[in-house]
Amino acid sequence: MQIQLNGEAKHLAAGLTVAQLIDSLGLRGRRIAVERNEEIVPKSEHKITRLVDGDRIEIVHAIGGG
Amino acid sequence: MTDFLQDQPLRIAGHAFTSRLLVGTGKYKDFDETADAIAASGAEVVTFAVRRTNLGQDADQPNLLDVVPPDRFTLLPNTAGCYTAKDAVRTCKLARELLDGHKLVKLEVLGDDSTLYPNVTETLKAAEELLADGFDVMVYTSDDPIVARELERLGCCAIMPLGSLIGSGHGIQNPHNIRLIIEQTSVPVLVDAGIGTASDAAMAMELGCDGVLMNSAIAHARQPVLMASAMKKAVEAGREAFLAGRMPRRQTADPSSPFAGRING
Repeated sequence: MQIQLNGEAKHLAAGLTVAQLIDSLGLRGRRIAVERNEEIVPKSEHKITRLVDGDRIEIVHAIGGG
Repeated sequence: MTDFLQDQPLRIAGHAFTSRLLVGTGKYKDFDETADAIAASGAEVVTFAVRRTNLGQDADQPNLLDVVPPDRFTLLPNTAGCYTAKDAVRTCKLARELLDGHKLVKLEVLGDDSTLYPNVTETLKAAEELLADGFDVMVYTSDDPIVARELERLGCCAIMPLGSLIGSGHGIQNPHNIRLIIEQTSVPVLVDAGIGTASDAAMAMELGCDGVLMNSAIAHARQPVLMASAMKKAVEAGREAFLAGRMPRRQTADPSSPFAGRING
């Protein structure tokens, strides 16, 4: 399947969960937040939320700003 | 001795702060400089931006939240870079998730790239949505008293008019409007944007602002940590001068030494 990850196309194995995606990106345990199709995916639901073809995923973190 | 220097804390949405200087975390050379400047500023409230995580980079790279740990600072996620109410609301929801339910946000919805002037129509729309969703909204706005009044009426917990354009260092261009906003507003008023140097910060506080938020004035100083220290003192000095109440202005001179007893008298 193909998703949009932070604005870029990415091919993934079908049925991957949000938690598995985070692991595959080396982001486990990092301070991040995830949005799927413009809806927050709470941390408590990362393991049970399965991605589907066409999902638009945003993974964000805190950076310097004023 | 009477402790006449004792000030009330700055209260925002149930938080109480001793420092009336709020700082940003952008434009610093590195995280060490960021941490040193924040320490020198004495700030208790620190704002930051929310951005896409860089994917494929070293996962062990330092994180801003290690520099400003949420247990030591009151973090103020901002919506910088948002040009629509929709994007600002999404950003605040991401920040709330990032900080495990944190409700305090700095809302800014910008009009265009070259001025970064607030789009007040979108700002009002976003404020209404965020407040309905339970956020505590500190709002960046123009120095228009009517817009400020409307944002307060909606329920924003702090009104933050610009002194001048973001990052311009032009100071407070319309002190009369800032004063009008202060006089009509019950929640804290903070000048956010435009501060260039210490006297600008002192001026904001002398006008009666409850606090000042700045980033570039510190981060783009030749010596940011020293400027952070200067800003701390300027905000304190301006606050004390406001509380003390300035002397009346006069059109003519008024000697400080008595006329009586002069040798030529």
